[in-house]
Amino acid sequence: MPMIPNLIPITCTINGETVSLSVSPRETLADMLRDRLGLTATHLGCEHGACGACTIVYDGRTARACLLLAAQADGAVIETLEGASASGRIAALQRAFHERGALQCGFCTPGLLLAAAEVLAEHPAPSRDAIRAALSGHLCRCTGYQAIVDAIEATAAAATGAGSRR
Amino acid sequence: MKPAAFDYVRATSLTHALDLLASADPDGETRVLAGGQSLVPLMAMRLAAPARLVDINRLAALERLEVIDGRLVIGALVRHHRLATDPRVASAAPLLARAATQVAHPAIRNRGTFGGSLAHADPAAAFPACALALGATLTLASAAGRREVPATAFFEGLYQTALRPDELLVEVAVPAATAASRSAFVIFTRRPGDFPVAGLAAVARAADDRSAVDRLADIRLAVFGVGDTPLLADTAAAILESGPIDAARIDAAVAALDTLEIRDSATASVRYRRHLVGVALRRATAALLRPEAVACR
Repeated sequence: MPMIPNLIPITCTINGETVSLSVSPRETLADMLRDRLGLTATHLGCEHGACGACTIVYDGRTARACLLLAAQADGAVIETLEGASASGRIAALQRAFHERGALQCGFCTPGLLLAAAEVLAEHPAPSRDAIRAALSGHLCRCTGYQAIVDAIEATAAAATGAGSRR
Repeated sequence: MKPAAFDYVRATSLTHALDLLASADPDGETRVLAGGQSLVPLMAMRLAAPARLVDINRLAALERLEVIDGRLVIGALVRHHRLATDPRVASAAPLLARAATQVAHPAIRNRGTFGGSLAHADPAAAFPACALALGATLTLASAAGRREVPATAFFEGLYQTALRPDELLVEVAVPAATAASRSAFVIFTRRPGDFPVAGLAAVARAADDRSAVDRLADIRLAVFGVGDTPLLADTAAAILESGPIDAARIDAAVAALDTLEIRDSATASVRYRRHLVGVALRRATAALLRPEAVACR
């Protein structure tokens, strides 16, 4: 392998803004977002795709930022939790998580919010089992998950006007 | 958990990718980067340290998904989420559509590719078993040309396939399901999306005599997650095909699974896995016989 790695020029859209950078081949997208752009809501837990804390939205679908190379961001449209929060698209989920104590240390929360937003976008009224399946790739070591499932279920119920909030 | 240094080249065309694979890198191994959901973790853990990655993610030609001449053709870059949601897959290969909802987690399924899963040949993976059960044909391309390899000749061992270093898996064809086609997918995991403790992909055809509701033909059973490769349980399939499927015949088929070479893991003994493979066969058989009545899991 080369002693001085090739730097790769990339241009991508991150949270609605066009960003141009030169990246190293071994730089992950997660490291690029955190260290180069200061988007530190992308949390790095396991760095091998097991914990879900680094989940972002890549070309419209959730993905693990630790399993994407920064070089793969070229031409992509990327949204991090900062962008999803600023746009207001996950405001109801954020409020529900807050109200129900669906977080404690908050390390897993960015990934959970983006995963929850994706499942609600595709299944407006998911069962609790479907919510749990959608969250299966996200590890939370504080809450025991009950409050997280409650918060997502309540958000869905409020959005669809179905039933009373638990 | 950072990968060792490597060089990265984004292929701009299939020819470009094949030329890169044909020109060996003097510094070491060249690997193809598709979904990256298995390769990148291996690199992060330094279990893989390729000298060069050839990124094929922008090759739109590998995203093909269509039914042609009675076959569903699946481009190597078709991602699990698309298999799970595309109506053509649901009708032409319901086994794949179902399996694609059970493999890994949603964010992984958004990136992971069908071709990548087959080429990686992880013994825990479900899609290699589905390819075996469906009698898939894999198209491998190199700068020198193309060849077609049946799934039965593709999976050679633990992470070992018939792919040569200069070859790329470009697409996979499976016979399109007909009104008589039956399939079942059973997977046992400790949590949804985990690597399986054991699993089974099964296909069959309803008997030509529609009144023979307890008969099945052309049964193919592929067990996965328990050995070095997915394993075809041909003896068990032959027993099920040999007459009306009653309790005694199912017991005999389950007993025939004892010859499969099953390995243990840190969390599952051979005995436990062998038991689960039997349970999977019982559930799959019920689903194959009464596809409308049995929610198989």
